[in-house]
Amino acid sequence: MDVKIKSMKHEDFKDNEYIDKLVEELNATGANVMVGKLDQLINWGISNSLWPLTFGTSCCAIEFMSLGAARYDMARFGFEVARNSPRQADYIMVQGTIVYRMAPVLRRLYEQLAEPKYVIACGGCAVSGGPFKNSYCVVKGVDEILPVDVYIPGCPPRPEAFFYGLMQLQRKIKVQKFFGGVNRKEKIEEFFAEHPEEKGRIG
Amino acid sequence: MFNFGTWTSEFNNFLMGFLPDWLTVVVECVIIAVLVLLTYTVLALFYILYERKLCAWFQCRLGPMRVGRWGLLQVFADMFKILLKELISLKDTDRFLFKLAPYIVITSSVVMLACLPWGNGLQIIDYNIGIFFILAVSSVGVLGILLAGWASNNKYTLIGAMRSGAQMISYEISLGLAIMTIIVLAGTMNINSLVWEQDSAWFIFRGHIPAIIAFLIYIVAATAETNRGPFDLPEAEHELVAGYHTEYSGIHFGFFYLAEYLNLFIVSGIASLMFLGGWMPLHIPGWEGFNNVMNWIPSIVWFIGKSFFVSYLIIWFKWTFPRVRIDQMLAFEWKYLMPLSLANLVLMAVCVALGWHF
Amino acid sequence: MSDIKELISGICPGATFTEGETLLVTVEEKDWYPLAKALKETKGLEFDVLSALIGMDWKESLGVMYYLTSTSRGWEMISVKVAVADRENPMIHSVSDLWKVALFQEREVYDFYGIKFINHPDMRRFFLRNDWVGYPLRKDYDTNPALNPLRMTDEENEDDTVSYVEQPDGKIKEVPGKVFEESDYVVNIGPQHPSTHGVMRFRASVDGETVKKVDVVSGYIHRGIEKLSENLTYPQILHFTDRMDYMSAHQNRHCLCMCIEKAMGLEIPRRAQVIRVMMDELMRISSHLLAFGCTAMDLGATTAFFYGFREREMILDIFERTCGARMSMNYNVIGGVIADLHPDFVKDVKHLIEIMPDRLKEYHKVFSGNIIAKNRLKKVGMLPKEDAINYDITGPSGRGSNWSCDCRKVHPYSIYPELDFEEVLLDGCDSYARYMVRMKEIEQSCRILAQLVDNIPEGDIRAQVPKVVKLPVGHWYQQVEASRGTFGVYIESDGGKNPYRVHFQSPCFNLVGVMDLTCRGNMIADLITIGAALDFVIPDIDR
Repeated sequence: MDVKIKSMKHEDFKDNEYIDKLVEELNATGANVMVGKLDQLINWGISNSLWPLTFGTSCCAIEFMSLGAARYDMARFGFEVARNSPRQADYIMVQGTIVYRMAPVLRRLYEQLAEPKYVIACGGCAVSGGPFKNSYCVVKGVDEILPVDVYIPGCPPRPEAFFYGLMQLQRKIKVQKFFGGVNRKEKIEEFFAEHPEEKGRIG
Repeated sequence: MFNFGTWTSEFNNFLMGFLPDWLTVVVECVIIAVLVLLTYTVLALFYILYERKLCAWFQCRLGPMRVGRWGLLQVFADMFKILLKELISLKDTDRFLFKLAPYIVITSSVVMLACLPWGNGLQIIDYNIGIFFILAVSSVGVLGILLAGWASNNKYTLIGAMRSGAQMISYEISLGLAIMTIIVLAGTMNINSLVWEQDSAWFIFRGHIPAIIAFLIYIVAATAETNRGPFDLPEAEHELVAGYHTEYSGIHFGFFYLAEYLNLFIVSGIASLMFLGGWMPLHIPGWEGFNNVMNWIPSIVWFIGKSFFVSYLIIWFKWTFPRVRIDQMLAFEWKYLMPLSLANLVLMAVCVALGWHF
Repeated sequence: MSDIKELISGICPGATFTEGETLLVTVEEKDWYPLAKALKETKGLEFDVLSALIGMDWKESLGVMYYLTSTSRGWEMISVKVAVADRENPMIHSVSDLWKVALFQEREVYDFYGIKFINHPDMRRFFLRNDWVGYPLRKDYDTNPALNPLRMTDEENEDDTVSYVEQPDGKIKEVPGKVFEESDYVVNIGPQHPSTHGVMRFRASVDGETVKKVDVVSGYIHRGIEKLSENLTYPQILHFTDRMDYMSAHQNRHCLCMCIEKAMGLEIPRRAQVIRVMMDELMRISSHLLAFGCTAMDLGATTAFFYGFREREMILDIFERTCGARMSMNYNVIGGVIADLHPDFVKDVKHLIEIMPDRLKEYHKVFSGNIIAKNRLKKVGMLPKEDAINYDITGPSGRGSNWSCDCRKVHPYSIYPELDFEEVLLDGCDSYARYMVRMKEIEQSCRILAQLVDNIPEGDIRAQVPKVVKLPVGHWYQQVEASRGTFGVYIESDGGKNPYRVHFQSPCFNLVGVMDLTCRGNMIADLITIGAALDFVIPDIDR
């Protein structure tokens, strides 16, 4: 089983080892043919229909608008159905700095997303705090508050970088297993194990 | 013209041959139900792609390209995904109504779909008050939207639902009057007779000026009925996040999404039935040769083709016009559109009474 | 200038004067409010614009620097320094009843320095959470993260406010209050909302669909740039300006560079000046195109948005070729610009100038010529000229209210005095006028570009700048016309290589201040269009 992304060759991805290892691990455990095929179909569906939540705090959001505009046109990949309600979106693309006042809001948005859900951290600020990391009220990377799937560095990243990041997310989705195996529910339980105080609040 | 009725009656006779009457009816009902649902899904999926492609072309873009050839499989990917999305149940909401709402919306549009004349002999329900029935059923959809907005316990959805209620009830009047204008001309409400009435020429030609005015009124009112731009206030993305379906996820949202597109097809279908001859090919009185050539094109193609054309118009102005404001929209209906439709109805009545039509 | 001194001495004998870039008047706190009232209302003074209100911590005292401008005196500017020695409970009289722009700016100062403004109606924090401990811009602020950890809980008691009212006997009484009544139906818009242009949050109480009151909650992207700047050297703080109002990156950075250059007494080569102005104007076009697109999109005309972006991409291409980036160009540096122009620059700009007039006609056809768009924008969000001046609404929004406030004309800088262009003024005072000013300004920017594109002089692109930039002791204030209004930079230096205090006076901060005024009585849908036509950029407000 190899992860195929249309119009992007396997060698063109720069961190093949990570996904390759994941694929190997999955292949080693093996899967029922029926379930395996069904998984593939589902993953094909999910990975080709990633609807973003419109969420931008600063400069990266403008580049995201460029991504939707005619020159780059993310509609080609089926990513253009940007939903404003988190209930209907598939992934949250954190574009821009997250500050202390915004952090609880962002977490709530993540919680409001319907499973399966993914997080992409776009730009230096979302990845690590970027140029503002010494500030008194900037979150040093959204991974402090959310489980991030893909990081897209840049300040702001070019639209091409956005596409590369989205394709990385597609690859990641294509190796997940909907039935058993890698299940995102576990991630939430892990999260509660780490932050027991949140349990009552999120519930 | 090929009559699909021969096929259906043969199939009926075939079933009658070895099944008791009641079982035949059951089997036929099941088959029809499956067919309707299948058509519904396929059409809705097609419409989603149709709109996404069209709007992309209006906007100097390409639209879906990567999934399947020319992005043809894009909607199937979306469908798989939406089927598997989590259904979020919310705290402090009216659970029962919250779950009921999408089904009301989708049921009303399925029933309307069943009433449409697909082709010569291809019609599921054929009442003598057919068009009246369609109008009645279309109003049920509003109830679903109102319930959705109310049951979500969210201020945006509530505002969206109230807007939707105000809008639909207002524009239903113009819609009804526009249809009534044509009924005055046709003298029947039966869908099948409506189509056959247009054998000589379509109503939009037969009724000339009042029919054209009625067509324009119908298009405006139908756009408002289907909550599409410039009247997409109930979901006004840039004001109300996602309007009445803000809190819906997964397939419940999918139902609203499908119903929205399918309602577009249905209003286009009714437009083609009332103004453009339904499945009736383009006939020009006197040009027998031309009429015969037109008859060679299957009636189902005519119907779907006309509906797609009307949908194209509606999509076109959705992607061109800005959104109106709620007070402007209601003022437009009550101050201009409704008086105009009433006057137009009188004009048509005069035309019919004096025989000033073709 | 001397008559000002006489008049002020007449009103307030204790005032001391320091000559400098602008006349600095230092007054005691007790004299401040009467003086402010006199400055605003006395015939012959009439300082009707509060251009900047800057909180300061001079270690031995806390205080505020006010920059006042008088439009009737040819945009003459004076500064007033008010200081209080009490660090525990510093209090200064509010001038928010004289200049409405101070309503939010005083809240910002309270947030950063803990200075309480007497008689201010709503003394809440502005940028930081209401459970924040300490005042971050004070020099003795405790940066210990344990005091202000990352809190994942919602803020409580959002409706509570307080005001410090002066009693007739001179005592100050703390009066608690509520932002909204118990019976108000409050709709929360933002921070994650498609049409707030970022993470702005409005709380609007509505009656049906009619807005009764709008409460602006800001700070969802407050990154503490001013505090960060105090620990960086001058060349290091430049990049922040690109990330505040990213649609006026060049202008903002131009302003900061000019302020530093002014302090250093640096002469900028002519070529660099021309390049800077050209870049400023290109940035203005790109910003107005984005504003066009977003206004259209917020009104539901999505297609127009794509047309606006199509031309914007051309400008981004020009930027990318010369500056190396599409956004956050980091192009201006102290003494000039960082890199020379790309060989294709002239050709690209000429092409742009050539096509823009046709494209503007197309925009009008697609969007603003449409009856629906006109009905949505006209007579919506009325902002009379007096209010525009009182709230210091500059830029296209101010000029849509017929207020001649173009910094390029009233405080000419760089090579603007030599250029031939008009200040676009419309007297509609509504959203449509604001929108049209932007469209017409694109034409004027093209006109400026056309004058310069063939006349870029040869020469250096950068002046000789010492390796370590140090400014002499003093303070400077510089304004430029950014895409959205007058952008000001205030630098106070203690002679070191780091600034003692940097303040960015952003135009969007004032724009968001009129949301309540302009939205009242309009509908919820209008709240979105008013926001779109004012066209604020949130990171510029929050900094």
